[in-house]
Amino acid sequence: MTNSIEEVLDTDAMFVIGSNTTENHPVIGSYMKRAKKAGAKLIVADPRRIELAEYADVFLQIKPGTNIALLNGIMNVIIENGLEDKRYIEENTEGFEELVKTVKKYTPERVAKICGVDPDDIVKAALIYGKAEKAGIYYAMGITQHTTGTNSVMAVSNLSLLCGNIGKESAGVNPLRGQNNVQGACDMGGLPGDLPGYQKVVEPKVIQKFEDVWETKLPTKPGLTIPEIFDGAEEGNIKFIYIMGENPMVSDPDINHVKKALENLDFLVVQDIFLTETAELADVILPAASFAEKDGTFTNTERKVQKVRKAIEPVGNSKADWKIIIDLMNKLGYEKKYINPSEIMEEISKVTPQYGGINYERIENEGIQWPCPTEGHSGTKYLHSSSISRGKGLFVAAEYEESGEVVDLEYPYILTTGRILYHYHTRTMTGRVEGLNRIASKSYVEINKETANKLGIYDGEKIRLSSRRGRIVTSVKVTNIVEKNILFMPFHFAEGAANYLTSNKLDLIAKIPELKVAAVRIDKLSS
Amino acid sequence: MKNITLTIDGQKVTVPENFTVIKAAERLGIDIPALCYDPNLEIASACRLCLVEVEGSKKFQTSCSLQAKEGMVVYTESERVVNIRKEILQLILDNHPNDCLTCQKAGECLLQKYAYRYDVKFRDHGGEKRLGLRDTSSPYILKDDSKCILCGKCVRTCNQIHDRAVLSFAQRGFKTKIVADGDFSLEKSSCVSCNRCVTVCPVGALVDKRLIGKSRIWDGEVKTVKCKVCDYGCNFEVLYKNGKSVAVRAKSPSNGRPLCLKGRLTTELIYLDNPETPYKKEDGEFVEATWKEVLGLGDIFEKIIKIDDGK
Amino acid sequence: MIEININGLKYNVEENMTVLEACKNIGIEIPTLCYDERLEPYSACRLCVVEVEGKKDLMTSCSLKVKEGMNIETHSKKVIKARKDILDLLFSNHPQDCLSCEKSGDCKLQDYCYEYGIEKGSFAGERKKYPIDYSNHFYSYDPNKCILCGKCVRVCSELQGTNAIGLEDRGFDTKVVAPFDKGLSKSKCVSCGNCVSVCPVGALVPKNRERYRHWEIKKIRTTCSYCGVGCQMDLLVKGDKIVGVEPAMESPNNGLLCVKGKFAYSFINHRDRLKTPLVKRNGKFEEATWDEAYKIIRNKIYEIKDKYGPEVFAGLTSARCTNEENYLFQKLFRAVIKTNNVDHCARL
Repeated sequence: MTNSIEEVLDTDAMFVIGSNTTENHPVIGSYMKRAKKAGAKLIVADPRRIELAEYADVFLQIKPGTNIALLNGIMNVIIENGLEDKRYIEENTEGFEELVKTVKKYTPERVAKICGVDPDDIVKAALIYGKAEKAGIYYAMGITQHTTGTNSVMAVSNLSLLCGNIGKESAGVNPLRGQNNVQGACDMGGLPGDLPGYQKVVEPKVIQKFEDVWETKLPTKPGLTIPEIFDGAEEGNIKFIYIMGENPMVSDPDINHVKKALENLDFLVVQDIFLTETAELADVILPAASFAEKDGTFTNTERKVQKVRKAIEPVGNSKADWKIIIDLMNKLGYEKKYINPSEIMEEISKVTPQYGGINYERIENEGIQWPCPTEGHSGTKYLHSSSISRGKGLFVAAEYEESGEVVDLEYPYILTTGRILYHYHTRTMTGRVEGLNRIASKSYVEINKETANKLGIYDGEKIRLSSRRGRIVTSVKVTNIVEKNILFMPFHFAEGAANYLTSNKLDLIAKIPELKVAAVRIDKLSS
Repeated sequence: MKNITLTIDGQKVTVPENFTVIKAAERLGIDIPALCYDPNLEIASACRLCLVEVEGSKKFQTSCSLQAKEGMVVYTESERVVNIRKEILQLILDNHPNDCLTCQKAGECLLQKYAYRYDVKFRDHGGEKRLGLRDTSSPYILKDDSKCILCGKCVRTCNQIHDRAVLSFAQRGFKTKIVADGDFSLEKSSCVSCNRCVTVCPVGALVDKRLIGKSRIWDGEVKTVKCKVCDYGCNFEVLYKNGKSVAVRAKSPSNGRPLCLKGRLTTELIYLDNPETPYKKEDGEFVEATWKEVLGLGDIFEKIIKIDDGK
Repeated sequence: MIEININGLKYNVEENMTVLEACKNIGIEIPTLCYDERLEPYSACRLCVVEVEGKKDLMTSCSLKVKEGMNIETHSKKVIKARKDILDLLFSNHPQDCLSCEKSGDCKLQDYCYEYGIEKGSFAGERKKYPIDYSNHFYSYDPNKCILCGKCVRVCSELQGTNAIGLEDRGFDTKVVAPFDKGLSKSKCVSCGNCVSVCPVGALVPKNRERYRHWEIKKIRTTCSYCGVGCQMDLLVKGDKIVGVEPAMESPNNGLLCVKGKFAYSFINHRDRLKTPLVKRNGKFEEATWDEAYKIIRNKIYEIKDKYGPEVFAGLTSARCTNEENYLFQKLFRAVIKTNNVDHCARL
């Protein structure tokens, strides 16, 4: 997030797109509802009639995969009405003319057709966003999990820049990150091309710096992303995988492919707190400690580095992940020892500019939001307050493109996937909480009432869903949350897992899979 | 000493042969409930709550007095045992005031602890209840006979110090009670307010009167401090509420430590921001006193100042 | 800044504050059951009354704004008497089961009765006798213990924005209910438990929990391990078990949590947890020591690296683990195994 969570409370307009906030970030969702009650305007764009839609001034029930068209359409209306922040654009941005040219083609009428919404609603949304003094855009995987994910993010950023909402309190571009420390895992260099602090492995200066601190030679060739790793494994080019705290056998697209890849390995190590579906395929399983059994830090979606504290001893013979990794490093001949996670943080702050001023003492009582370059710096509540990080904000005009997979006669429905309030990711944890299972215990698919009637399917019936990659059996939830030709499935459940159906087609830049759009067919089990 | 091995609740444990079953169970982390048992006092087997089942024996046995034997197989939480405990606890509650709301002992009361553990509650009944007889004569100890469960710990600890031995049992049956010197109020008796009895009372029958209304166990921090008055070095606890030190109380004395009022008052004076007025006994009556008087300091301060100034 | 007199002493306080807030800042404690700094003043419990010079009636300090020259008594005889009467009335219509009440030790009614010396309710008369609503999977509601402070209702509407519950009926019969009294399970309730976290008494309590007493637990402040909001919370620890969660009054969540943060902690001490390293032999997992497991991994790494070089290795680090662990994991791959093939599920 460019801005902070609590700034939601003071915003004038919120544009929530591709985020079911009240279910997936419930506390932020509650802040949005409070802001709305206090007078802020709310625009919601989502293929599903989510809870926030009920509170929205404008709700745009768009077809999955049409975000760019919608965002361009909104910008078209804003520019037509002269609501763009001309001074801000003049002083702080580049590439505006290019953007104007591109979005000109996206008239409300044309966009309405692409997205399947009312053109008047597009105008209404544009006027709300364009007229607001402080407007924040809040998005999640509904924007990114498309073959056009990167361009969608560009379109979001264009809209925000257009109205001067970057570098302003209670505004900004705010991706809501799904996992507790996905921000931190990226910050710490859990990416094939980036060392900690997004420092590129291809830059000799960066490599030199890390080689000095780590006292060893480092590889300079960018590594492979997860989809590439699994492809490599299936082809036999990857022999050894070490998975810490992930469960791709439920969470990743095209599970059949993941399974083939993992089974084709010479050796698989899985480190987790439970025997997950992925761990079942391992050669060695290492038992890790849960978050309640170790010290450390998580970085939340607003870039705040916060303490995690040990409350109990690791259960049984399990060990904190950091201890396991140190043990292994030492066994492999790397001598460095760390007694306490605070020592690791000391090293992190030495090599990571954004974390330069962060240490355990400073975050003992309250976390600090990076960038925090020095010990005297108090952290950053919202980004770009003085200038955009690359100098001037660049408009990167993005064209709408169809999703990587489209419907046809054989697979006539669009399946989109997501999370629900009562479970978390692959249910490794929440699947073991009785109350949650009593509310949601098994895989299901949301089908529009009309569609269900047409197919003669009743609520609760078990049906078969098939895509070009796999098939599953799941039960039907008849609802008006989704439109006629759209289906929604939560991906949490290992049995009848949605990800047997999803496609691993990637966005070519970010390598994010198109989990939000898969063409599927519905078959009754009896027939 | 020889070691023996016995089995408690399916777990084997090896202990010295002079161990009782309750002590052996403790080694396994098994907490057998007991109201009258205290490892620093002689065994009384009065409350019967520590009953256990022993294989080969028809009768239940009190684990506080039962010697552990080689090969013994003991069950501490069998259904029969639990049922008996529930009955005992119910009978005690039937004759106990329902005022955990404000009872000073709440949070540290063993009766409350075991009633919660075995899910026994107060009930309405037509039977007789002891009247709320409270001895409020002492400014240091509140004795509330209506809460007494007659475990006798107070009597035993008081009698460990020969020149005290103030408390004893009196009367019989339903009327049984703990009395001071025959049947005097604490003020009129020879009680020296050492608070030994208070530290061992498992319920709210004997409480430190200077604590009342100030802090309960969940209200704040509790810090243990050592008394600086004499070589015994008895332990006291300083109680905090909202970060302020509000009261001092005695900790149960072990290893022959006597515990005394002077030590307690000195500790109050050292650790409390606003110590309450102290009292002293004069001709069988408690009267307000100065700190100098109760601590027996006389003119010592003036003397110290004079000497120090003279240097 | 304006000057006011509290209990005979002069204080400079900020304008626009309530008397209660001013007293809180100064360090004078005023009891209250219905006040919550995040909510609109409600003046329902009336325990926060104070005496103001020139006013005949006692005033609720939670709603009374400070004024220049105001003379306030927070603990005068009249005030204490009023508070005692209120507590007495409340307890007269409250079940007497502090002995086993789950809230005992963390109950404001219990604490104030202790502080003000209310030993029992002296107003004999009709008592509430409602069934307890156990229909929610995570918490129960006992109307008999409810003191009608309305905090739960206000948190649900003002902060959580769910509006699942309201106060229904009037006078003696008032209680907190889901619309039309049809039971919590049939309401819009999303089980966030934010009502449970603010209940000052034992009316709303978590369900299906390990049995514990509040004085037996320690609280450890930590960060929630579910979504990316990073809510601050306290783990309630009894012995070697996590027995509950309470939200922290801190940024970013300011006392709020969701159903997962508040109630979904039982996985921590779940019997299925992996407790020892496992090694697959002939298609079956066998228990192993750490040294055995490490040795197998190390030998395999050396063997594969000798044969194929470092580019055939890949590591999936974790958005679920700490920064320190992610840092070390990528360092293991880059500095020790010598490949940049390290990624995680940021895209999922």
